[in-house]
Amino acid sequence: MPKRESPMQSEMLQGTLDMLVLRTLVIGPAHGHTIAHTIERGSEAVLQIEHGSLYPALHRLENRGWIVSFWGTSDNNRKAKYYRLTPTGRKQLAAQTTRWEEIVRAIGRILNPSTE
Amino acid sequence: MSWRRFFRRSSWDRDRAEELRSYLDIETDENIARGMSPDAARRAAHLKLGNTVRIREEIHRMNTIGPLETFGRDLRLALRGMRRRPGFTLAVVLTLALGIGANTAIFGVVDGVLIKPLPYPNAGELVSIKHAAPGFSVPDLPMSAAQYFTYREEGRAFQHLGMYGDGGTTITGIGEPEQARLLGVTYDVLQALGVRPQLGRLFTEADAKPGKGRFPPVVILTDAYWKRRFGGDPAVIGRRLIADSDPVEVIGVMPRGFRFLDMQPPAEVIALLAFDRSRLAIGGFGFSSLARLKPGMTVADANADIARMLPMWLSAWPTPPNSPGRHEYEKWKITPAVQPLKDEVVGGVADMLWILMATIGMVLLIACANVANLMLVRSESRRQEFAVRTALGARRGDIVREVLVESLALSLIGGALGVALAYAGLAMVVATAPASLPRVEDISLDPRAVAFALVVSLVSSMLFGALPALKQAAQHGTPLAGGARGASTSRERQRTRNALVVVQVALALVLLVGSGLMLRTSVALMRVQPGFTPGDVVQTARVWVPPPQVPDPERVTRLQQEILDKVAALPGVTAAAFASAVPMEGPLRVWTQPVYVDGQRDTPGTTPPLRRMKTVSPGYFSAIGTRMIAGRDITWSDVYGHAKVVLVSENFARELWGSPAAALGQRVRDSAPASGEGWREIVGVVQDVHEDALFQAAPAFVYWPTMMENFGGTKLFTMRAVNLVIRSNTAGGESLLNGVRSAVSSVNSSMPVFLVRTMKDLYDQSMARTSFALVMLGIAAAMALALGVIGIYGVIAYLVTQRSREIGIRLALGAAPTQLKRMFVRQGLVLTACGAGVGLVTAVAVTQWMSSLLFGVERLDPPTYAAVLGVLVMAAAMASYVPARRAAAIDPVETLKSE
Repeated sequence: MPKRESPMQSEMLQGTLDMLVLRTLVIGPAHGHTIAHTIERGSEAVLQIEHGSLYPALHRLENRGWIVSFWGTSDNNRKAKYYRLTPTGRKQLAAQTTRWEEIVRAIGRILNPSTE
Repeated sequence: MSWRRFFRRSSWDRDRAEELRSYLDIETDENIARGMSPDAARRAAHLKLGNTVRIREEIHRMNTIGPLETFGRDLRLALRGMRRRPGFTLAVVLTLALGIGANTAIFGVVDGVLIKPLPYPNAGELVSIKHAAPGFSVPDLPMSAAQYFTYREEGRAFQHLGMYGDGGTTITGIGEPEQARLLGVTYDVLQALGVRPQLGRLFTEADAKPGKGRFPPVVILTDAYWKRRFGGDPAVIGRRLIADSDPVEVIGVMPRGFRFLDMQPPAEVIALLAFDRSRLAIGGFGFSSLARLKPGMTVADANADIARMLPMWLSAWPTPPNSPGRHEYEKWKITPAVQPLKDEVVGGVADMLWILMATIGMVLLIACANVANLMLVRSESRRQEFAVRTALGARRGDIVREVLVESLALSLIGGALGVALAYAGLAMVVATAPASLPRVEDISLDPRAVAFALVVSLVSSMLFGALPALKQAAQHGTPLAGGARGASTSRERQRTRNALVVVQVALALVLLVGSGLMLRTSVALMRVQPGFTPGDVVQTARVWVPPPQVPDPERVTRLQQEILDKVAALPGVTAAAFASAVPMEGPLRVWTQPVYVDGQRDTPGTTPPLRRMKTVSPGYFSAIGTRMIAGRDITWSDVYGHAKVVLVSENFARELWGSPAAALGQRVRDSAPASGEGWREIVGVVQDVHEDALFQAAPAFVYWPTMMENFGGTKLFTMRAVNLVIRSNTAGGESLLNGVRSAVSSVNSSMPVFLVRTMKDLYDQSMARTSFALVMLGIAAAMALALGVIGIYGVIAYLVTQRSREIGIRLALGAAPTQLKRMFVRQGLVLTACGAGVGLVTAVAVTQWMSSLLFGVERLDPPTYAAVLGVLVMAAAMASYVPARRAAAIDPVETLKSE
C-alpha cells in the first residue's frame, strides 16, 4: 500500500497552490494551461511551478466541489478542459485569503517587529 | 474519497490523459508561435509539464480506497493462482462444496423443523397442555372436558385455552358421499392460534351450544377442501351440508396455507366441540389441548397455574357411579406438563435431527482438515516464491493476507457450489424423509439457509486458511537459499499435517461406528417377528357404519359380515376379516382399559392394570398372518350366539398363567365383577404382535369378539368402525380396491371406504425413521471415510516426494524396495492407529446421544467396533501403499542427479 506523503510542508504548499488556482479562476473560467501560465506570470516568475503538478490540484479542488469542469476549445481552437469557480469555492477562497493574510501578517510581525 | 469516484476511476483517468494532451498541444502551439521548430516545441512543452504518468498516478491514488484496493489485488492473484493449478483448486473446491452443501441441506431441515416458529402469529406464546400421571399407567394423560372448563374459567395465565381432537365424518349433500378428515375444536382453539378466516367467520362462544347432532350445526372448511369440493365458490358461506346425517351450515373458510399443527393427513372440515356443562363428569380424558399464554407469562407460570387449579377440578366435578372415585384420581398423582406447542409438534425427531446435524458437521470438519493439509502443502511449495518476495520488500502481513484471501476465495467458491448441492440435496431429503417427520412443508432453502452456508464458508476458510497463514508468518526470515533441504523446519510442519490426519481418522471412525450401529439396528429390526404378514399381500381399508342409518347393533355386524362375504368372493382374495384396528396404525387407535381377571384378588376400590385391546371378527388372525398358539379362533356362531368367549396374546397368557395352554378356560372381563354378568372365557391364545412399532415391545393384548352382550356399559356392544383385512396377491391394486368399493356400496350406498393401505405401507412407515437415519449416517460415514483416506494418501505421498533424495540414497546403498514400501505403509498405519485411538474414545462418549435411535444392539457393540477398525485399517493401508510403491520405484540415479 502506498504511503501517503504527509509532512506539514507539503500540505502547506498544497494549500497555497489551491488558493492560487482559486484566485486565478475569480476572473472567469480558464483551462489548465492558462491557469499555469497565469500563476507563473502573476508571480513575475518567482513561483516556478512544474505545470504538471497543477493537475492533481485541479482534481482535488473539483473533488471538493470548489470548482467544476467542462470541455471547451482554447483560443487557438484546441480542445481544452475549462474550470469554473463554484459558490463554495468562492467562499473558500475568501476564507483562505483571510487566513493567509493573517499568517503573513503574523510572520511579518515576527520577522520585522519594528515596522508596527 | 467516495465510492462513486472509486468505481469511475478509469473514465476519469481517460479524461485526465486527454486534458494533459490538450495542455501539451496548446503549449506546443505557443512555442511554435515563439519561433521554435515543431520538435523542439513539443519537447519543451513536455519539459514544462513534467512526467505525465506520475501526474496521472497521483490523481489515481487520490481516488483509491486502500484496503479494498489491496484486497482486490490479492483476490486477483489468488484467482490467477487457482487457474494455474486446476487440480489443486478442483480438489479443494469440491471437498468444500460437499461439506458445505451437506451442512446447508441439513441446516435447511433443522431450521424448517426445529428452529422456525410455527406458522401462527406470536407462535412463542402457544403452549400445549398435558398432564403427567405417574400413578397411572399412561405416559401422557390427555385432558377431560371438565378440566377444560375449570382451566378456562379459573385460569390466570392464558388468553385462550381450547381442546381439540380429530376423526372422520361422512359429508353428503354435495354429490358422492365422502369421508372427510375432521378436526374438532372448541371455539377458542382457532382464536388461540390467531388465524383469520379468508371467508366468513370463526366459531364464537355463542355457537358452542350442544345440539341434537354430534356437533353444533356449524362447520368451517379448509382452503383445499373448499377448492376441491366447491371449486372455490365464495357463495359456500351459508350452504347446508349433511355431516353424519346431521345438517350443518358452512360459516367460514380457513386461509390458504393454514395447517392445524402437524395433523396428517391435513384436516378438511373443522367442526365445533361443545359440551353440556351440566352433564359433565370429572373424567373422560380424551382430548388434546392448546393455549395461548398472556403476554409475559412463561411455561413455568402456566404449570404453576394448572397446579393451582388441579385441586379445584378434583373437588368441583361429579364422579359417576361406574367410574373410579375421587380418591382414585388422587392416587394418579396428576401434575401439569405444559410445554411449548412447537415441542409437541416436533415431538421425537429433534434427537434424530440434531444427531444428523452433528454428523454432517463432523464431515465438514474432516473436509476442512483435508483442505488445510492441501493448503499447507501448497504454501510449502511456494516457500521459495515467498522468500523471494520478502527479499524484494513484501511485508509479512502482505503474504499472510494473501494466503488468507486465497482460502477465503476458495471457500466462497466452494460455498456457492455447496448451496447448489444443498438445493438438490434438500429435494432428496424431503423426498426420502419419513412420513413421521413433522413440518416437511416448512423445509426450504431460504435466505437463512444461504446465510448459514455463507457463515460456514467463512468459518471453514478461517479453519483451514489460518493454519498455513500462521505457519507462513512464523517462518518469516526463511533464507532464500536452502529450498527443499530445510529438513528441520519441514519436520515440524509434517507434525501439523500428521495431527490433521489423526483428527480426520478419528472423526471418520466416529461416523463409521455411528452408521455401523444403525446398520445393526436395521438388521435387528428386520429380524423382529412382527406377528403379522408385513408384505403387500394384505390390504386394509376402513369402513364405518353410521348409527343414524343402521341403529340396530346386530344389524351392523350382519352388514359387516355381508361386506366380508362379497369381498371374499372377489378374484384372488384368499381371506377377508376385520378388526377395530390393524397393527402400526399409530396412537389414534390405541385402546386401553382395565381388565379384570377371574381368581385375581382385587383390592376393593382399586382398578386392575390397563390392558391393550381390540375387537376382531372371526378369521382376523389368519387373514393378517398371526399364528394361533393354543386353542381356537372365535366363530360367527360365537358372535351371533353371544358366546362369552375371548382371545388373548401369548405374553398376556404367560404373564398371568405361565403358559398359553394354561390360559385356556380362564376368564376375564372389562367391568368390575360386582356389576353382574360379564366374565368371558379364553378360548384361544395368539402370537404376540408388535402393534405399535417394531422397536417397541409387543404389548399384552385382549381380543374381544366384534359383538358382545354386556360390554362397555351397553346391553349389546358392536364395533361400528373397523379395518377390513383382505389377503390377496392383488393387494394394493386398483382392481381389488374397486371390487372392495363396489362390495361396500352394494351393501350400503352411503358408506365410504377410507384409509386404504397395505400392511407393507404400515410396516415401512414403522421402519422409516431407522431407514432415514441409516441412509443419512451411511452417506456421512462414506464421505468421511473417503476424505480420511485421501488425507492419509496425501500425507504419505507428500512424505515420499519430500524424502525422495533420502530414498534414492538408501536404494543406492542397497536398501530393498519392499523394506522401503513397508516403512511408508507403517507410517500410514501409525497415523491411523493414533486416529483410531482418539476416535474410539470419542465414539464411546458420543454414541450415548444416539441410543434413542438404536434397537437390538448395544451402543458399545464389539462386532461393530471391530468391523469399523478393520475397514479403517484396510483403507489406510491401501491409501499408504499406493505412494509407498512409488517410493520403491524411485530411480536413485535420477533423484540424486536432480538435486
